[in-house]
Amino acid sequence: MAQIELSAIRKSFDGTDVLKGIDFRIENGEFISLVGPSGCGKSTLLRIIAGLEPQNSGQVHIDGRPVDAIRPSARNLAMVFQSYALYPHLSTFDNIAVPLRMRRLSAIERLPLLGTLLPSRRAKERHIRADVEGIAEQLDIAPLLRRKPGQLSGGQRQRVAVGRAMVREPLAFLFDEPLSNLDAKLRVHMRAELAELHRRLKATFIYVTHDQAEAMTMSSRIAVMMGGELIQAGTPAEIYDHPNDIRVAEFIGSPKINVLPGRIRKDGGVDVLGTALRLSCNAAAGECRVGVRPERIDVGAGPFSGTVVHLENLGAEAFVHLAIDGAGLRLIARLADVRHLPAMASSVAFGFAADAVRIFDPAGKRIELRAEQAERMREPAHV
Amino acid sequence: MSNAHPIPFRAILRHVLLIAGAALMLAPFIWMISTASKPQTEIFSSELHLIPYRFALADNLREAFAKANLLRFLLNGVIVTISIFVLQVMVALPAAYALAKLRFLGREALFALVLFGILIPPQATAIPVFLMLHKAGLLDSYAALVLPFTISVFGIFLMRQFFKTVPDDLVDAARMDGISEFGIVWRVMLPAAIPAVTAFGIFSVVAHWNDYFWPLIVLNSEQLRTPPLAVAHFRNNEAGTSYGPLMAAAMVIIAPLVIAFLFAQRRFIEGITLTGIK
Ligand SMILES: Nc1ncnc2c1ncn2[C@@H]1O[C@H](COP(=O)(O)OP(=O)(O)O)[C@@H](O)[C@H]1O
Ligand SMILES: [Mg+2]
Repeated sequence: MAQIELSAIRKSFDGTDVLKGIDFRIENGEFISLVGPSGCGKSTLLRIIAGLEPQNSGQVHIDGRPVDAIRPSARNLAMVFQSYALYPHLSTFDNIAVPLRMRRLSAIERLPLLGTLLPSRRAKERHIRADVEGIAEQLDIAPLLRRKPGQLSGGQRQRVAVGRAMVREPLAFLFDEPLSNLDAKLRVHMRAELAELHRRLKATFIYVTHDQAEAMTMSSRIAVMMGGELIQAGTPAEIYDHPNDIRVAEFIGSPKINVLPGRIRKDGGVDVLGTALRLSCNAAAGECRVGVRPERIDVGAGPFSGTVVHLENLGAEAFVHLAIDGAGLRLIARLADVRHLPAMASSVAFGFAADAVRIFDPAGKRIELRAEQAERMREPAHV
Repeated sequence: MSNAHPIPFRAILRHVLLIAGAALMLAPFIWMISTASKPQTEIFSSELHLIPYRFALADNLREAFAKANLLRFLLNGVIVTISIFVLQVMVALPAAYALAKLRFLGREALFALVLFGILIPPQATAIPVFLMLHKAGLLDSYAALVLPFTISVFGIFLMRQFFKTVPDDLVDAARMDGISEFGIVWRVMLPAAIPAVTAFGIFSVVAHWNDYFWPLIVLNSEQLRTPPLAVAHFRNNEAGTSYGPLMAAAMVIIAPLVIAFLFAQRRFIEGITLTGIK
């Protein structure tokens, strides 16, 4: 259990800024996901927290204590790597026992031959054995303790890596894309297991991923990173419904949010595809971008029309790809009822409720809607 | 030309060439065994026969062991080659780890120096090294045989290349687990690099077991001699060289290497293919 605070963390590699001043506070016992596209600096940030990489400037505090001059092992954090990074020459048991042996045995007791003869080592080894077996029991890997990592499947290796992290009861767990080497089915299963592990251990989890679905499904809070900056943090629902940047809106959610070109009129009203929306804002007149999530598009009624160019029926839901008439644009609508799908190449009308709309300025920042408008948006009024 | 019916002529030609090559390689060894098995009179006879009329291997061996303290020489060979190898590994592994996995100023320059060092033949530095050993009063000792070879730039290079292939995550995991940097070298990198260490060990042991040049220069005392120097015993300008015992001694000298090879054949071939050096 730990509270971790990052202040103004900067990092550059060979003159390229990889982290451009990250300020963030992770509360005790949170499951926080750092999510963002590949190369945005997530792993670098995690490695700075772990102490594996020194930052160029800024501080890391763990439980209020600055840890910048403290070695990785002394920070008492555990890390699970994407490649699992198990010691290939050691058995599962020894892999999990390494952190305990490093911490509990003295240098002499760790000596290969001589050390094993010492009576004090034997007593400590008994405790280590008990601890490792307890962890193996919890993770269902007890039958695998004698095997080498090479003889384990991907999912089993992953559990061993988690076991090695758990065994020393760290202040916080750091995960760097731990599921990305697993096949799709196992990944979904492991998501649930990790979330459950978090509930059971009540420890702070920092979870790095480029997969927004993992972040959405497991975490109590999501921090979205782009290009070395942390652009938004909040609960999954907040991030999904109220993205404050168009990059967040586009990154979170699958299929991607639909973005349509819009215009803000002088009176604050908003036009999209030549049709006025029943809402307004205080921003200056000019171009804007209008985002609507696929599930908020109502197919069958509305002021717009489009042609069905592609249908994806997943059984429980379906996605309709529409080419908007006269705009040269496409959008995706999600239909919950797969029994009444429009035909391919047919023309359909569509629209969306005013409260489904998120408006962004040309730089990508969210434009707030006017308060009285927001009030009215509660009733689903079609534009 | 279809793959299903390879032209037998090609296969035959390939095997003929391979057999010829093998015969060429083996010829000196066969000659050695043949000579070691012949009595002196047959060795000097003008006719060419490989199989002796009278087998004298036992006599020649007996004479070889009587004339020179072969067992002592073999023991010296073991002491010297093992010491060299152990020290080389103790120097090369940490150095290779630093060059492969640590980031520090001047790392590339240091590695360039290592590569440069590989280009320098040992004979070029023989005289300065000899003089240094002389000044240190170490000539004619085990130290003189071992010390000049403890830093093997080839070993550093080979291990560095291998360490480059060890994932960084493994090193980071070890750091998180509380293993020190030296601990990482011995507990994580060494076990991962066993094939490379074996390959290097083969090169090192073969090279120093068979080294004739350096022991000849720095040694005086007979009891320190290494196996290849044993042959010097049988070269006698006044009485003439006694080839039978000489060849018998040569057989004894290379026997440990051949036996070691037979035991570790698979490892040996793995090691050679690993390094890509033939
Ligand atoms: N050790 C390093 N040396 C040089 N560049 C690095 C190093 N580590 C990461 N980078 C660069 O920093 C950027 C961010 O990397 P990383 O934090 O691994 O991204 P992510 O984990 O979000 O995919 C990338 O452009 C990467 O090339
Ligand atoms: Mg990464």
